[in-house]
Amino acid sequence: MSAPLLEVRDLHVHLPGVGGARLHALRGIDLSVARGERLALIGESGSGKTLTALAIMGLLPDGATTTGHVALDGRDLLTLDEDAWCGLRGRRVAMVFQEPLTALNPLQRVLAQVMEPIRLHRLAADRSQARDRAMALLARVGLDDRQARAYPHQLSGGQRQRALIAMALAGEPDLLIADEPTTALDARLRVQVLDLLGELVAERGMGLLLISHDLALTARRVDRLQILYGGRVMEQGDAPTLLAQPRHPYTQALWAARPRLGAGRDQPLHPLKGNVPALTQLGEGCPFAPRCPLATARCVDQPPRFDGRIACWEVSP
Amino acid sequence: MSDASTATPPLLEVSGLGQRYGGRTVLRDVHFRLPAGRSLGVIGESGAGKSTLARLVMALERPSHGQVRWSGRDVNAMPARERRALRPHVQMVFQDPYGSLDPRWRVGRSIVEPLSALPMTESQRLARLAEVLEAVGLEADAATRFPHQFSGGQRQRLAIARALATRPRLIVADEPLSALDVSVQAQILALLRELQHREGISLVIVSHDLAAVEVLCDEALVLRGGEVVEQGAVERVLGEPRHPYTRDLLAALA
Repeated sequence: MSAPLLEVRDLHVHLPGVGGARLHALRGIDLSVARGERLALIGESGSGKTLTALAIMGLLPDGATTTGHVALDGRDLLTLDEDAWCGLRGRRVAMVFQEPLTALNPLQRVLAQVMEPIRLHRLAADRSQARDRAMALLARVGLDDRQARAYPHQLSGGQRQRALIAMALAGEPDLLIADEPTTALDARLRVQVLDLLGELVAERGMGLLLISHDLALTARRVDRLQILYGGRVMEQGDAPTLLAQPRHPYTQALWAARPRLGAGRDQPLHPLKGNVPALTQLGEGCPFAPRCPLATARCVDQPPRFDGRIACWEVSP
Repeated sequence: MSDASTATPPLLEVSGLGQRYGGRTVLRDVHFRLPAGRSLGVIGESGAGKSTLARLVMALERPSHGQVRWSGRDVNAMPARERRALRPHVQMVFQDPYGSLDPRWRVGRSIVEPLSALPMTESQRLARLAEVLEAVGLEADAATRFPHQFSGGQRQRLAIARALATRPRLIVADEPLSALDVSVQAQILALLRELQHREGISLVIVSHDLAAVEVLCDEALVLRGGEVVEQGAVERVLGEPRHPYTRDLLAALA
């Protein structure tokens, strides 16, 4: 089997804290994405999912330190200098952000913004060819000529997110990282955008790393899932298996917390108790231990045992 | 609804309600009656007119057509002084809790601020502050901190505490869950349902989250492009939707 498109091994990130403290934000993330594969990183605020994406993209904030291994097609990304990154970002790896209004330039027509990466990375012979390619991409994501020539504020939220996807595709990336691409959208548009991303992955043989807090929405629209909490992978697996039988107490709690449509007004609700731990509260033990019904002293003191599927001392393999 | 025969006017009644901004109609001919203790879910996508309806119900703007009645009285026809006197009974919770928490104020001050309109002593206000913090599951010492010192879910609890302070009979909540993590959404959902049961509060929830509407509401109203396409009991609207648009919304979640 060939090497995966993206490979991340034992990724640790420390962030600068108050008074010179170092906060251990990512604690040994392993993940890989193959061409044509869709992996979702699922986590709540503070779980480390966005930090993982930023580490992969070489966009961590100043003062952050990274150890581990991040490679794209076998090429080490952690040692790249900024010049080398500029040839890579937007070209081999592209990113779609949560809020399209902040990622799009308000003063430029959508078409011009999609043409920019095509011109920058010299993917078209001339301006008119670049325009043709940009128009074709915008048509592919479902925007017509009039919308292509519009300014971002003239488009709806869903149309803007489509424009942003077209922009990300313009550099013909091998890997697309989408950070909460649907959070700002209505339920129906969320589904449409995720389905579009899935189609594009299949058509272009890209890898997709999808970042989301919404397990229910994402799970049926990706190949594999990794559930993050407190900077660690709590559970991972292929999506249908994990969905059919979540095994980690955190995954189970997250799944049970959703109200079920059709289960009625008086259905029991099972909200998770407590709060997601702040970075400053994380110790060496399992980050979920303070909220976990199964936690023992060992869970508090020692890092969780990872068996390839879940990171947990108490649930037997 | 079944109380039409009784003499008590409903807590909230909306009839022929419409709104135009400039030449554009954003809401047209909305009717509903909400008896005290019952809750309504307003469902629809961006641009459907949901937030306009919420603002009209709150009397934060005047409609171009129709009436909003609080306990039988047209809020746009009464003198301003009278409307101010009724305001404490109707409160609002926003999607972004910063909509009701001043970032520069300690949160205790934001929570008791709506009480300034009421004839209460300082010690009564502080007692109410402690009560509502407890009601939303926060420690009493939360009052001395600033909004940025809380998580998103805690901030939404604080916004709900502020809305509760005046003992309202109706809370209008505009997408109160959509900025929150899924696990926190469940906590806020459970809190709102508990408040309905314990305090008998009526909610008007504006949401595109159909499961949340099912859990919190008795009645549902589906808006599209400013018009009501379907309304009725929640179990009927979500269980046996008649309008293709409602069916579409439900199918997207399957």
